[in-house]
Amino acid sequence: MTIKRIVTTAFILACGAGSAALIYAWQPALPPIAPPSPTGFDASEVRYGADLALIGDCRTCHTAPGGRTFAGGLAMPTPFGTIYSTNITPDARTGIGQWSLEAFTRAMREGVDREGRHLYPAFPYDHFSLTTDVDMKALYAFLMTRDPIVAEAPANDLPFPINVRLVLAGWKLLFFHPARYTTDPTHDDIWNRGRYLVEGLAHCGACHTPRNFMGAETRSEDYAGGEVEGWSAFPLGRLSPAPIPWTEDALNHYLREGWQAHHGVALGPMRPVVENLAEAPAQDVAAMAHYLASLGATAGPSVQIPTVSPDASGQRPQSAGWQAAISTPAAGGPIGRAIFSAACASCHLSERPLPLGGVDLALSTSLSASTPQNLLDIVLNGVPASDGNPALIMPGFAGSMTNATLASLLTFLRVEVAGKSAWPDLPAAVAAARKAASPPIHVRATR
Amino acid sequence: MRHDISRRAVLQGTGALILSFALTRRAFALTETGVGDTSVHRLPGDLDSTPMLDAWIRIDPDDSATIFTGKAELGQGIKTALLQVAAEELKLPLTRLTLVTADTGRTPNEGYTAASHSVQDSGTAIRNAAAQVREILIGEASRRTGAGADELVARDGVVTGPGGLRLSYGELVSPQLLHVEAQPTSNLTDPKDFTVMDKPVPRVDIPAKLTGVASYVQDMRVPGMLHGRVVRPPSYGARLVSIDATSVEGMTGVVKVVKDGSFLGVIAEKEWTAIQAMRQLAALAKWNETAELPDESRLAEALMALPTQDTVILDVGKPDAAQYDVDASFSRPYLAHGSIGPSCAVARMDSDTLTVWTHTQGVFPLRNALAELFAMPRENVRCIQVEGAGCYGQNGADDVGADVAMLARALPGRTVRVQWMREQEHAWEPFGPGMVVHLQTALGADGMISTWRQEVWSQSHMMRPGPPGTLLAAREKADPFPPPPPVDLPMPEGGGDRNAIPLYVLPNARAVNHFLPEMLLRGSSMRSLGGYLNVFAIESTMDDLARLSKQDPVAFRLRHLADERAKAVIITAAERFGWDGRPKLPAGGGYGFGFARYKNLEAWCAVALEISIDQDTGRTIVERATAAVDTGQVVNPDGVRNQIEGGIVQATSWTLFEGVRFDRRRITSIDWAAYPILRFAHVPRAIDVHIVDRPGLPFLGAGEAAQGPTGAAIANAVRDATGQRLHALPLDAAKIRPQNLLAGRPRAGT
Amino acid sequence: MTHLIVNGELRTVSSDPDTPLLYVLRDELELNGAKFGCGLGQCGACTVLIDGQPVFSCLTPLLLLEGREVRTLEGLGTLENPGPVQAAFIAEQAAQCGYCIAGMIMRTQALLERSPNPDDDEIRGALEPQLCRCGTHMRIIRAVKHAARSLSAAAEATK
Ligand code: FES
Ligand code: FES
Repeated sequence: MTIKRIVTTAFILACGAGSAALIYAWQPALPPIAPPSPTGFDASEVRYGADLALIGDCRTCHTAPGGRTFAGGLAMPTPFGTIYSTNITPDARTGIGQWSLEAFTRAMREGVDREGRHLYPAFPYDHFSLTTDVDMKALYAFLMTRDPIVAEAPANDLPFPINVRLVLAGWKLLFFHPARYTTDPTHDDIWNRGRYLVEGLAHCGACHTPRNFMGAETRSEDYAGGEVEGWSAFPLGRLSPAPIPWTEDALNHYLREGWQAHHGVALGPMRPVVENLAEAPAQDVAAMAHYLASLGATAGPSVQIPTVSPDASGQRPQSAGWQAAISTPAAGGPIGRAIFSAACASCHLSERPLPLGGVDLALSTSLSASTPQNLLDIVLNGVPASDGNPALIMPGFAGSMTNATLASLLTFLRVEVAGKSAWPDLPAAVAAARKAASPPIHVRATR
Repeated sequence: MRHDISRRAVLQGTGALILSFALTRRAFALTETGVGDTSVHRLPGDLDSTPMLDAWIRIDPDDSATIFTGKAELGQGIKTALLQVAAEELKLPLTRLTLVTADTGRTPNEGYTAASHSVQDSGTAIRNAAAQVREILIGEASRRTGAGADELVARDGVVTGPGGLRLSYGELVSPQLLHVEAQPTSNLTDPKDFTVMDKPVPRVDIPAKLTGVASYVQDMRVPGMLHGRVVRPPSYGARLVSIDATSVEGMTGVVKVVKDGSFLGVIAEKEWTAIQAMRQLAALAKWNETAELPDESRLAEALMALPTQDTVILDVGKPDAAQYDVDASFSRPYLAHGSIGPSCAVARMDSDTLTVWTHTQGVFPLRNALAELFAMPRENVRCIQVEGAGCYGQNGADDVGADVAMLARALPGRTVRVQWMREQEHAWEPFGPGMVVHLQTALGADGMISTWRQEVWSQSHMMRPGPPGTLLAAREKADPFPPPPPVDLPMPEGGGDRNAIPLYVLPNARAVNHFLPEMLLRGSSMRSLGGYLNVFAIESTMDDLARLSKQDPVAFRLRHLADERAKAVIITAAERFGWDGRPKLPAGGGYGFGFARYKNLEAWCAVALEISIDQDTGRTIVERATAAVDTGQVVNPDGVRNQIEGGIVQATSWTLFEGVRFDRRRITSIDWAAYPILRFAHVPRAIDVHIVDRPGLPFLGAGEAAQGPTGAAIANAVRDATGQRLHALPLDAAKIRPQNLLAGRPRAGT
Repeated sequence: MTHLIVNGELRTVSSDPDTPLLYVLRDELELNGAKFGCGLGQCGACTVLIDGQPVFSCLTPLLLLEGREVRTLEGLGTLENPGPVQAAFIAEQAAQCGYCIAGMIMRTQALLERSPNPDDDEIRGALEPQLCRCGTHMRIIRAVKHAARSLSAAAEATK
């Protein structure tokens, strides 16, 4: 039996259990409204809503590659099939132009659209349900003042019975327990604000918490690490595999700037998240960092790596050839080391400061993580240029490195650089990553 | 090797005049091409400075011809255009022509290949020389056969006449026949009889470049050639304190480490060894850095705070007003030329002669600079132009020429090749200068502009060799040459103030050039010089004035123009674009228009375009652009299109993304990650170029015509889409984004 | 010594194993197609095909290449007999200085081998790693479409 078959069978069973709750499952359509005039909203409310939308990372999922922001159509592969994000611009026909605040709130809190259809939990209403009324209204104001874009999302590509939305009611009955945010009086305002955002709109757990076989977050293992789009979302807090423990300052810097000298640069699905947070209010990001830091940290080495400002004298002059001089490895060393010296070191040992320089790989969490997944993604696909923005560029090595080469390089990095025991079954992981290696870079609409 | 063609005394013209170009083009002392003396011989184009016909054209006994130009191919298609001109007038098939480009040992001295002057200067010279050579050959046939010259026809390299008379050029030519001075007028072919000119002849250089035939100086390979690399200081003016190069000298394959003051370089057997040795040297070198750069976020203020030398370049009527309708400062950051191939040169020193193969825009000025740098007689230095990657002005070409010469001198008898690394090209090229333009204008009750005041702040746009101190190596040497005093290129071509005088009819107007003798960052010529920002400012203001007075921006421009050729390109661009009756765009869409006559002396160009802005990300895409251009007599219409398309794309990149970054000491935009330029995702969705053909009128260059109008048209389209006027370049997503987040912002067309 | 198949021919090269392929091609094998632009994987001027995949030769050390197949601009055709992609670029006059074009052609070759009929977005997406400063992009896109047409016409004819 394939995984898919197991899941489907389980799903049918679960839905059977839930069928008694058909009454619960039925939701009424809410009446359509005429799209509200964009000038009818309070400007400061719109601005606040814009900030919340950035924290909520709305545009990342609701924008197709090369498409207009919020117009939907992004394909989201899930273990069950492909779901396409919807158009959340206020276009009356293809977007949410006819949605009242009440309909919008119901979608966010209960995962039911205006017409009364259940929404797939790829839309993280299990987090969004925490959102307060005030914030809900601001988000609504923000979205309703966007340019209406006519864009029809492609139909989802899901097998029976998952394509029957009513079965989602069963899923909800089992896994969805909506709650509103309640302040924890034992903590201060900043912590509470941070927790409200992290657990709610920012929906960090949607990626960083493992999911069970039916795609629901395993609440007992909050922030134990998850998987998204072929990337590991590393464990946070006490379980973090980072070589140097995260501090609140480091988290704050990372979330705001997208990089941190002791940890590296946000890549993969985290990249759009930090790009959004870069524009979000600084105090909100700081509150999120404060709360995340309170989740605890590994007892790691308190290595103090001096941070150099680009001005500091004595640093290798950038314009005098910042690519480090590399000594050719002694003959007979591991082949992985030779590959590293020849292909990686010129950037990664260059001492060029982040975010444009290559991170010192000894500091990279990708090397000390429990799986080589992220490292493979990065080495194979690289980091494409961000169109028009100053940002790091790393070439992918999918074309030049064979699977055997990759395995030797990764073994060298894991064992010699990170000082950990070799990843089990590396060849299989390499082969799987190669198979999933992203198709050619497509024009992205991010920033 | 010396073969300098000296100027000769004035020769009185006697030839028959059928068609003639304006002869006294050079009424001013100095142009960007560096040879703009007042006319000496009253001869067309650069014949004026090099009047001997055989300096331009050689006919060989096999009926082929060699054409000599002092200009350089820079990817602008000049080789093909000049060959077309020569083929047309010589009446020889293109395939029998060879072109020799700038070489101090062989070709006329035509100064710099710059400022869109090549077809105008060299093309005009070659055209006239070719026509005169053809007439001389016909005359020779007449002399030999007794047939009347008017009975003889030259075609396909053969002179034919009555009674089966048939003499090929090869038969007619003799060594001294073409060693004569040119006449002021020529019997030029009537445009209606053109068979090669004005035709989209495919470029002669493209097939070789696209099949891997050695085409660039970067591809030069000489037996026994060595590879060099230099280590540049970390910041402007930094001095090398110490270096222990022993370990590098001991590397296998390293031939020599060259140190002279703060100049540091290495020569190796293989290129990769040279690079590794260079990196090792860079890591070992200790520098004393003193540079103090301004705060990059306050560049405009820093520029305006510098001491100035002021010139009033326009003063008509009474330009002061009690109140101005537009009162704004426009600015641009420093821009990088950003050649895709870092600069490269090859050199060899043999006893007392030095030969340098270089992609410089000016072989003669570089030759002079190198001769002075090394205290050698000029005739002992030869600079030969070989193509490099596109340079768009003065990139590192001249500097790397000096670098390689420094290394070659240290190892006589060996050929050395040096290519700059990416970070060296980015950090050390002379940037297109950062600039500020301040405009104050007012409208009269009739909706016409009543007054216009324009001020420009800019450093020099002309720091090319001649003087050795323009070259980095010369400043780094133990006995350094100081940087020469900066050159303020005078009007009418201008430097920072290029195009600072609007072409519009203005009853009251004043324009002041605040020349900045100091330089915050190293700068020199970059495509269109000050024209890009001046046109950006003027055309943004024209747009705002039209809007304020509720007039259509195109109609508003036409009302203010007397120049018929200007009106023609504006009308053509507007019509072809569908400006009138353009449909209302969905939110985020905008239309913009821009126009200029480059330098007020050269090609006219108007650009209409449509953009779309993602209101959330601020990302701007040019959906379609339509340009109309008048370059006088067209030599190669496809070449003109290629240049205008390229100008639009490059200016889109300048306008949306670019600016050199630096901290308080060093340049930090040292690669494409830190200095992003347009990639394919931002290439306009469509570009349409219309040529307004002007048969028989003088040639005008096309390479710099589109940049100003394009930048302005984008700014005007952003204004149309967002309701906001942006004054500071670049118009990047970060600048556009927040404005669009505001609720109830005006939508396009409302 | 490393053994490579370069444009269909077995070559034995002596450069050090850490030498990037770019310098092996240019200095040792005297091929001009691949160009140095940045040495950093940012511009694509050095693009060649390895086992059919486009790679930046400036960052591909020789030690990765034992026994592998390398294709450069020279392998697609000659001046006298340009290959279909080269011919398409020539027909569209898709070059100004031309320095970037070798890389463009190699990436186009790889694109068309994978996807014979790319639309505009696919072409732009595939060429995104390649920089051109002259602004030849409109012609390059036209040339890719032209090449796609001539390749599929040729495929049709041999059916
Ligand atoms: S030279 Fe290899 S990517 Fe630029
Ligand atoms: S044609 Fe010159 S860089 Fe592309």
